[in-house]
Amino acid sequence: MATASSTFEPAAPIHTGPRSFLRRLTDGDEIAHLITLVFASSILLVTFLLLYRLWADSADARHQFGWHFFYTSTWDPVSGDFGALPFIYGTLVTSALALLIAVPLGLGAAIFLAELAPRKISDSLAFLIDLLAAVPSVIYGLLGIFVLVPLMRTVVAPFLKATLGFLPLFQGPSYGVGLLTAGLVLSIMVVPFIISVSREVLLSVPSDQREAALSLGATRWEATWKVVVPFARTGIFGSVFLALARALGETMAVTMVIGNDPRIASSLFAPGYSIAAVIANEFSEAVGNLYVQSLIELALVLFLITFILNGLARILIVATQQKGMS
Amino acid sequence: MSIRTIWRKGLNVVMLSLTGACALITVSVLGLVLGYLVWNGGKSLTWAFFTQLPTPVGVPGGGMANAIVGSAKLLLLASLFGMPVGVLAAIYLAEFGGKTFSFIVRYTTDLLNGVPSIVIGIFAYALVVVPMHHFSTLAGGFALGVMMIPIAVRSTEEFLRAVPNNLREGAMALGASKWKTIATVIVPAAFQGIMTGLLLDLARVAGETAPLLFTALTNRFWSPGWNNPIASLPVMIYDYALSAYDDWHRQAWAAGLVLLALVLIVNIASRMLMSRRASFSR
Amino acid sequence: MMKRFALATLLLSLVAAGAVMADAPILINAAGATFPYPIYSKWFDVYRQKNPAIQINYASVGSGAGIAQMTNGTVDFGASDGPMNDEQMKNFKDKRGVAVLHFPTVLGAAVPTYNVPNVKVDLNFTQKALAGIYLGTITKWNDPEITGANKGVNLPAADIVVVHRSDGSGTTYIWTDFLSKVSPEWAKKVGTKTSVNWPVGLGGKGNEGVSGLVKQTPGAIGYVELIYVIQNNMTYGQVQNADGKFIKADLASVSAAAAGAAKSMPDDFRVSITNAPGPTAYPISSFTWLLIPAKIGDATKRDAIKGFLKWMLTDGQGYNEGLQYAKLPKLVVDKELKAISQIQ
Repeated sequence: MATASSTFEPAAPIHTGPRSFLRRLTDGDEIAHLITLVFASSILLVTFLLLYRLWADSADARHQFGWHFFYTSTWDPVSGDFGALPFIYGTLVTSALALLIAVPLGLGAAIFLAELAPRKISDSLAFLIDLLAAVPSVIYGLLGIFVLVPLMRTVVAPFLKATLGFLPLFQGPSYGVGLLTAGLVLSIMVVPFIISVSREVLLSVPSDQREAALSLGATRWEATWKVVVPFARTGIFGSVFLALARALGETMAVTMVIGNDPRIASSLFAPGYSIAAVIANEFSEAVGNLYVQSLIELALVLFLITFILNGLARILIVATQQKGMS
Repeated sequence: MSIRTIWRKGLNVVMLSLTGACALITVSVLGLVLGYLVWNGGKSLTWAFFTQLPTPVGVPGGGMANAIVGSAKLLLLASLFGMPVGVLAAIYLAEFGGKTFSFIVRYTTDLLNGVPSIVIGIFAYALVVVPMHHFSTLAGGFALGVMMIPIAVRSTEEFLRAVPNNLREGAMALGASKWKTIATVIVPAAFQGIMTGLLLDLARVAGETAPLLFTALTNRFWSPGWNNPIASLPVMIYDYALSAYDDWHRQAWAAGLVLLALVLIVNIASRMLMSRRASFSR
Repeated sequence: MMKRFALATLLLSLVAAGAVMADAPILINAAGATFPYPIYSKWFDVYRQKNPAIQINYASVGSGAGIAQMTNGTVDFGASDGPMNDEQMKNFKDKRGVAVLHFPTVLGAAVPTYNVPNVKVDLNFTQKALAGIYLGTITKWNDPEITGANKGVNLPAADIVVVHRSDGSGTTYIWTDFLSKVSPEWAKKVGTKTSVNWPVGLGGKGNEGVSGLVKQTPGAIGYVELIYVIQNNMTYGQVQNADGKFIKADLASVSAAAAGAAKSMPDDFRVSITNAPGPTAYPISSFTWLLIPAKIGDATKRDAIKGFLKWMLTDGQGYNEGLQYAKLPKLVVDKELKAISQIQ
């Protein structure tokens, strides 16, 4: 049974009353269609307006730097030379880390809460987790500085160096702040989204699916992993999209723990910089046309990254859909 | 028992315990975050916090009464703007949409979701503040509303789709037209999930600082009407937490706690006011 | 049904309440520098107590944002830690049709704070030392440039971890202005601005971020505002001034720096006082300015602003030292009082 995709039309009206009555019936549908269409289009309108403003307000910078912008590593407000590469690197690395940590943990927790935990506990925990989405990122940032950063520097980094130090990823000095810390803070911030939405979607899988699998002799785990989760697949992917989007665009918390150094290093302990963080840091004080425009161009670059990542993710979904169930 | 059965049973136990471990880890970390906030915030909460306006540095007392009201006003505006757009657009995608157009809308929604909050703030500044020539609550509400749209759309659509087809078919068989089916059968069936999604959305937007910096700005005083700069809890937290003064730090923690409590109250109140029968599936 | 009715009433009353609040006094909006935010909020609050009808709402969004908002006309006046340059002033004139006037309000300073293992005393920093540290050419605490100025202090062979501001700020402006004046290499390689391309170092957000990083990282050095170190009882070092003396920043030494500049103060008040001459002058000091349009259309607002400026320069200055800001020298105050009449 595939998930719903309403493409059928209502049956022809049975009543054969006067024409106005007929018209009213079908008009109701037409109006509904129209209204919802208008609102759906308004999203396109808003996004298009946003893109337009970003494009127009970065015109000078784009003409000045051209494609250079994508592979230059300098960011010099004084001389007016700007390049996006370190920020692209930082954004991608921290978001990837955030998802790598949050998705398995979040999905595992959601499965536990939806399938195994008693309903009352599951509900109250989910309620609490939902609340956490409301914690301002500044607070996550403060927590990062006061708790996570010392922890990283004194406990986690030495541990990782001792065990996995042969990888260039875990070499070099650790200051506490850095790409890994930022990835960790981000994962804490996005995991509530994954748990919350995945749990709801898993709960809404009809019980007959589960029961059918169990009655065929599947273990609890097999029923969950091979039947229920695939059924809820699109919803779970949806939650991952939400998480990814938040990770890419998060500003405050990241800037407080990433080290804010526009450099590209191979180690995860090294300080870095992300697009959202640099815009948040420098936009208010940016004086000078080229400076401001370069920051706006960075926003445009982030838009492009989101565009590409979303596309890749969707291709991935389609690919797994071909392999798995219908 | 065959080897294979032993393997399957073993895997069952291992994987299920792993999920339990995941839940334990995430819940304890999140519990720590909450606990840290409640602890630090609770220490600093006083009655004055809720009733007084901010005082300058060095003057004891003072509170964030205007910021509490400000956040409430901004979130109200954001919901009025973002929720209808989100829900109605989701209904279109789930019930009416054609293949390509729906794909474009979904893709665009995901794009909008990934825009950093500060860029949305800059956008709202250019669109609302500059033509009006002043900062305003309206501009802030608009910025937050735009941020609400993507999550509202995504989650509402998911839950609409999760409604089993037999419900739709049943309604059709009884002669209901499409919009009537949607309004009386599908949406109520998905209501629990939609509510969760929207409240999650509101919670997330309640804590946003960056979009407000260039739209609602901030205000040390009460903000009359909808056309003036207005104080909000996240911006106050931002100002105070990064300041030099211990008194302001304490107020920032208290503000964080109050913000959380505000969201909690809205959560509980809306669930109560709009309680309906539980969803059909479980 | 009752539930729906209750909800509707609630919503309507919220909307109504939002629209009908206290009747409007004169609401003046300003935005700009974060550095003087504490003293400004004190001033505006005290002034309001004296003149209840005048509400001046100041948002500390940053000097650059303050200038931008003023230029766009979305606030009535702005504030900046660095004077507007010619390009910005021309931009303002083009957009708003009038000139912009600068009014210095208080003095502040940037100081070096550090976390060196086993060192609890105030360290002396030569001009070359600070420049070298921030350029990345001096990398260890027991470098001769540092030990030479600190005889008797046991400086370890530890790495120096440089910390700077990640967000654009007036404090960075002062710091880099000073370094540009004392180090030709810095001036050529990096320059002066609220945000620069730092050769080395970690970026902390705000004074809180920098001091937090310094406190937690052994071997770190960073620069923060004077008020900040005083409020938080932090150890900070002494900096060598133009006369070669090592001076610790405090209200007296900062005022001394301004006094030297007062005599040669240009009429538009746009001057940098880093590395000022004088044996007791602290070399990394600066004015901070209010930016007022030369012509204000709304008469009530204009009179309110002028009244405030007059009060700020006379009674207002009495509140400075309580919040660790240095007072303006008398010469400067007199000059400004005369300049108020330029606001039409």
